[in-house]
Amino acid sequence: MTAKTMEIGSSDPVIEVDDLNFHYGSAAALHNISMNFTRKKVTALIGPSGCGKSTFLRCLNRMNDMIDIARVEGRIRLNGDEIYTPKLDVIELRRRVGMVFQKSNPFPKSIFENVVYGLRIAGVRNRAQLAESCEKALRSAALWDEVKDRLEDSALGLSGGQMQRLCIARAIAVNPEVILMDEPCSALDPKSTARVEELISELRENYTIIIVTHNMQQAARVSDHTAFFFEGLLVEYGLTNQVFIKPKNKQTEDYITGRFG
Amino acid sequence: MQKYWRRGEPFVWLTGAALTLTLVMAAALIIVVMVNGLGVFWPTEVTQAKFQDGTRVMGEIIKREPLPSGEGDRIQFKTGNRDLYGLDFRWVDTAGIIELDHPVEAVVLEREEYGNFYGFLHEINAPDLDQPAGETLGEQLSAVRQSVEKRQQEIGQLEERVAGLSDRMQDLRLELQKLEFEGYPPESSAVKEVRQRQSLLREDFDTLVARHEDRRRELRQIQATFADVSGTLKTVAVADIVRAYYPNDMAWWEKAVFYLSKLKELFLGEPREANTEGGLFPAIFGTVMLIFLMSLFSFPLGVIAAIYLREYAKEGPIVRVVRIAVNNLAGIPSIVYGIFGLGFFIYGVGGSLDRLFFPERLPTPTFGTGGILWASLTLALLTVPVVIVATDEALGAIPKGVREGSLALGATKFQTLSRILVPMASPGIMTGLILAMARAAGEVAPLMITGVVKLAPALPLDGDFPFLHLDRKFMHLGFHIYDIGFQSPNVEAAKPMVFVTTLLLVLIVLIMSSVAIHLRNKMKKRYTYGTF
Ligand SMILES: Nc1ncnc2c1ncn2[C@@H]1O[C@H](COP(=O)(O)OP(=O)(O)OP(=O)(O)O)[C@@H](O)[C@H]1O
Ligand SMILES: [Mg+2]
Repeated sequence: MTAKTMEIGSSDPVIEVDDLNFHYGSAAALHNISMNFTRKKVTALIGPSGCGKSTFLRCLNRMNDMIDIARVEGRIRLNGDEIYTPKLDVIELRRRVGMVFQKSNPFPKSIFENVVYGLRIAGVRNRAQLAESCEKALRSAALWDEVKDRLEDSALGLSGGQMQRLCIARAIAVNPEVILMDEPCSALDPKSTARVEELISELRENYTIIIVTHNMQQAARVSDHTAFFFEGLLVEYGLTNQVFIKPKNKQTEDYITGRFG
Repeated sequence: MQKYWRRGEPFVWLTGAALTLTLVMAAALIIVVMVNGLGVFWPTEVTQAKFQDGTRVMGEIIKREPLPSGEGDRIQFKTGNRDLYGLDFRWVDTAGIIELDHPVEAVVLEREEYGNFYGFLHEINAPDLDQPAGETLGEQLSAVRQSVEKRQQEIGQLEERVAGLSDRMQDLRLELQKLEFEGYPPESSAVKEVRQRQSLLREDFDTLVARHEDRRRELRQIQATFADVSGTLKTVAVADIVRAYYPNDMAWWEKAVFYLSKLKELFLGEPREANTEGGLFPAIFGTVMLIFLMSLFSFPLGVIAAIYLREYAKEGPIVRVVRIAVNNLAGIPSIVYGIFGLGFFIYGVGGSLDRLFFPERLPTPTFGTGGILWASLTLALLTVPVVIVATDEALGAIPKGVREGSLALGATKFQTLSRILVPMASPGIMTGLILAMARAAGEVAPLMITGVVKLAPALPLDGDFPFLHLDRKFMHLGFHIYDIGFQSPNVEAAKPMVFVTTLLLVLIVLIMSSVAIHLRNKMKKRYTYGTF
């Protein structure tokens, strides 16, 4: 198993995870996870509810720091730089590793201010530059045409699907290297889901994407690589085609075919 | 029957009744205050009662009720003329009355002293004025009053100059005190120099005071004589007449004008006659300024403390205990806060300030005595738990996703707080502030030992450097109600004023909280999530 998993991302990995263990207080959530993520590929994380996908994802941009009882062991490197060291600037890390959440969470500000939020807090003041980045991000999130006339309106007036794309635009406006997506389509209707999936396919040109999903078809459609998690363990990790058509592991097969739990 | 219970109808009735009861009680309170308060300034007709034995009584009818014996009615008259009769009010039996009428020439005087006068104008005595213009005595009186008013203004200016000089003399006295305290001997040049300036100033002061006295005496020579209903004559200085009007001879619009002028006096005038007459301006000003200062202290303190509690402190038993403690702080009786304010702020902090900065004035305290600063700090302490609880809850109600969304974009905790969380919590924070203000506006007990007075010589904010005098004592509407309603020598006469003051206090609280609620709703629209 390990030999196989190490194969993916062995050349030019963006993120390398080494023997990662994670505990909420005394309860272990992740056991000895080791995997690499390939640059400019889409990796899907699948697995039953509660198996630790979100926990793992949040380790990658240190969002778990905010949980008082969380404890992390092991090493994660971003472009070869250690993430879990006191020297690391978390702010900088989160700028390089963006995140899109399951429930869209626009700020109660205008659409424009939402998109440029990351830039503003990074200290960009130049109005023209902000406007340019805003347009670029909204275009790449396939939202520009819908909102270009109402940039100053509140983002809370958007539809659910638009809000989620706004959150994606917000994440790419700061130009991250990696985008983490935690079930980005779970609250969306099929049409909006299709748009977001389309979007992911376009974004793969420039970004490394790691996406958690419960939708097998979605994982099969959008991802290059797939990782199957089960009870805090990385059970199988490989090319999406292989994992879906010819899974090596019995548990994986059961899960994918829906014979699970 | 079972169905009836199953549908829960008794419970609906019970809850509905409870709500109705509270609403009715609140409405009744407000209506009583409004009816009594709003009518006070509308001129009441003056009624004259003639009795079989030839005596007469004249005044405003206050109320009419059956006799305790059960036969016939009795009427309460406000007869005024306290200087003549000793009492303002009088009960008479309707049995003895042969006639009730409303003489048109009846005049009501509001005076600087002794309350209202009800009677008739008899003659005018203005030795140094030319024959005053006007056909009737009444017109002449108003002409005389106009010229008297003009002279009173001049005298007022004189008084201001006297007050300015007296302030400067006070400064010199303090300077001298300081020099002596610092050990300069009486024959040293510094002390001598101050003394010289002092004596120069005193000469000016004395001449000015003498001139003021002369003017006043001259003015008081202008007099008018009135007769009461039974013909007793009473001569008063025209300068003592605040208002003279003929309520039985006024059209409704004249009464309206009169009403407005009374309102103007209420809002802008100074109190007279042990606070039972005149305006409430110093009390209104004191109340508003107190609430304002209180908000200035408790608002930032409460918000910042709540931010620490919710955002920075580690969730755990200690934080939980602190939260419970803060919630309970709001339940401590306000007098306890007052005593704490007296002990800590006034004697502790104020006393230390005096020892440090004004040792030469001791034992006369400067800050070591009640004042608006200490009172507002005490109130701030009293209301800060409300602000903390409201802010804490508002912050806690913000969805976790928003917080994480901001942090995931590389925002620091502080940026997240200042750009996202605090604006989003602002409607809740405003609610807390509204509650705090409403509570502070209604508190009287702690003020009574931290600096409220029944009559303050000067406002805490005025044109004299340094403009803001936080050490000064102040007046307050709530205390005013207590003072005139229960402490004044003439409670019956003060009753209308109690209602007016209550109405005003309710009005101020209402205005302040409406403004705050308006602001809150605006913020709510901007910062809350719509459903999608
Ligand atoms: N803040 C937390 N404190 C304590 N335990 C937690 C916390 N968050 C998650 N867990 C536990 O960690 C385990 C993994 O949770 P995680 O959210 O990573 O699962 P998941 O794979 O994302 O599930 P889902 O598909 O339902 O989102 C679960 O057993 C969960 O109960
Ligand atoms: Mg999850």
